[in-house]
Amino acid sequence: MSALQDRIVAARAEGRAALVAYLPVGYPDVDTSIAAMVAAVEGGADVVEVGVPYSDPGMDGPVIQEAVDVAVRAGVGLPDVLRAVSAVAEAGAVPVVMSYWNPIERYGVDRFAEDLAAAGGAGMITPDLIPDEAGAWLAASDRTGLDRVFLVAPSSTDARLASTVAACRGFVYAASTMGVTGTRATVGDAAERLVARTRAVAGDLPVCVGLGVSDGDQAAEVAGFADGVIVGSAYVRTLLEDRGPDGVRVLSRELAEGVRRAKVRT
Amino acid sequence: MTLSAHAPAPDVPDATAPAQWPDATGHFGVYGGRFVPEALIAALDELTAAYEAMRVDPEFVQEFARLQRDYTGRPSPVTEVPKFAEHCGGARVLLKREDLNHTGSHKINNVLGQALLTKRIGKQRVIAETGAGQHGVATATAAALMGLSCTVYMGEEDTRRQALNVARMRLLGAEVIPVTTGSRTLKDAINEAFRDWVTNVETTNYVFGTVAGPHPFPAMVRDFQRVIGDEARAQLLEREGRLPDVVLACVGGGSNAIGIFTAFVPDGGVRLIGLEAGGDGVETGRHAATITGGDPGVLHGARSYLLQDVNGQTIESHSISAGLDYPGVGPEHSFLHDIGRAEYRPVTDAQAMEAFALLCRTEGIIPAIESAHALAGAMQVGQELGPDAVLLVNLSGRGDKDVETASAWFGLGDRTAPTDGDERAVEAGRGAEPGPGLDEDQHATEGAVTNDEAVAGQDAGEQQ
Repeated sequence: MSALQDRIVAARAEGRAALVAYLPVGYPDVDTSIAAMVAAVEGGADVVEVGVPYSDPGMDGPVIQEAVDVAVRAGVGLPDVLRAVSAVAEAGAVPVVMSYWNPIERYGVDRFAEDLAAAGGAGMITPDLIPDEAGAWLAASDRTGLDRVFLVAPSSTDARLASTVAACRGFVYAASTMGVTGTRATVGDAAERLVARTRAVAGDLPVCVGLGVSDGDQAAEVAGFADGVIVGSAYVRTLLEDRGPDGVRVLSRELAEGVRRAKVRT
Repeated sequence: MTLSAHAPAPDVPDATAPAQWPDATGHFGVYGGRFVPEALIAALDELTAAYEAMRVDPEFVQEFARLQRDYTGRPSPVTEVPKFAEHCGGARVLLKREDLNHTGSHKINNVLGQALLTKRIGKQRVIAETGAGQHGVATATAAALMGLSCTVYMGEEDTRRQALNVARMRLLGAEVIPVTTGSRTLKDAINEAFRDWVTNVETTNYVFGTVAGPHPFPAMVRDFQRVIGDEARAQLLEREGRLPDVVLACVGGGSNAIGIFTAFVPDGGVRLIGLEAGGDGVETGRHAATITGGDPGVLHGARSYLLQDVNGQTIESHSISAGLDYPGVGPEHSFLHDIGRAEYRPVTDAQAMEAFALLCRTEGIIPAIESAHALAGAMQVGQELGPDAVLLVNLSGRGDKDVETASAWFGLGDRTAPTDGDERAVEAGRGAEPGPGLDEDQHATEGAVTNDEAVAGQDAGEQQ
């Protein structure tokens, strides 16, 4: 019933974690960003988070903000995002949109859900929308069969973990460290503890870990305890450093090797 | 908790009574709520619970009242300004003098409450955003008073426009971080402060400066600011034996306006008018009149009116007044607008500066440029209503900080306002060597967490 969950479960059946790549639409321009997403898939990403540029990305660190600022100024919007979604689906990965809430509300929640489903998108990750405020999106995603991924954090209480997980479909996004996006030298124990707490209430729903992974070794470490490894800033930095889609493909290969290196729990 | 020095009138509003809104989850009709990362929910829940317990705790009520009286200098007086009123169609104009508060604006009212709350929840570091610098100065002041470490985020553009307040904050022992992302103004300072908070939430409380942001900030800041209207209402009843016809206040985020409106909201016969920053004119697109020229959406943790483009991106606002230069507005204002309880009108830079100069010349009071928008509103509304009308205007702050901007506007003296290429701006804002006795010799407040131990928001993603 869920394209995201099916893909992550399929990876688990291969004895590995899924690789989830984030890239924002529109950096350095729309076409190149789409080419980078396709390259990420060719390098081994199972899922691509198609990032919607936003002027006030409160949860993102300087790397992602620098890239999305360019896209915002260029007027990149949801029609461009839907084009990227189709391209990712065509390349063989599962596309899931990652968006702060206001661009979606401005476009129209119902309209976006229909257009996203028609473009072949699996669903949406909403970093600043908690289930408590998500009535319109819960209804629209039910109507269109889209997945909806909410975040849990180390500071989430057990009660909130349970209610948030209950609202998720596709996977649960465990924001592993308290802080904003960006690469870190160590992923830390907080991620593993959070995943364990989330699993206790998640049933069959996969748990993926984001915030901090930047190389194959870290991917392997996270793959040892999570169903999916989410990588964002490291991909974006590759583009910021002008290494282009080819650089993205190389990074994807390294990360894809990493998620296969770890011994995944069964 | 009536904090007026006057004997309470029979129908003095009860500040401890449960308000009609927001609902339990922070919604004012469709506005407000919490649109924030899950990582902040626990801290917001903690803050909400601690605040609900504190606001009815007699010990807090007493301590807060003592600080307002002995430290802030409350109650602030009401001053009638007859010579200024001659330019307001002859209506009577009374100013609520928040400019006379310690630190020079209404911002201190809220900050003392939130600083007490910070101590109550056992945190030792506060962060704040600031536009004009008044909230930053107030937060730095309260932090010094209560032994808290303080970091203030301020848009780089605003550090130039409000260089005096940057110096004041540093004198008070606060760390001022110029924000260089986005439009380099208040909106970006708020983004940076939220990033700091999400990273350092275990040690740090975010002292939010206005009635915007996620629940509980809009309700909590309102409750701390409502003393303005509670006092003014009692003062007018005592002195005039009647309520005003109109209450006017400038609206950026809207804390001084909510502060003076709240006591009058149940008085159906009193018109409430918020004056938004019209910049070059709403029709030019260069303005900060969020309700007049914006649409509902989500920004900085709440649903409210905001200035946005067709893609839902926040549009940069423009105003001569740094304190009103914000593309959002508090959710309660959006609600009061939609239910028709309050009116919102734009005032251009030129109209505000005319009122600014007029009050200086006619009454010997230099207002903040923010507050001058409310004065300009009184000039318009007075013309509309004529000589029988009684207008109560919230003079939310004093204009010392604005003298350079005003000098440039009016072409006074040989000093123009600092611009991007101006060395004085660099000196005042950042980059230059600090003067003796400032940063080099600055020590963190005794016993507090030093700012070195906390990760600044803009570095949060790169800490390793």
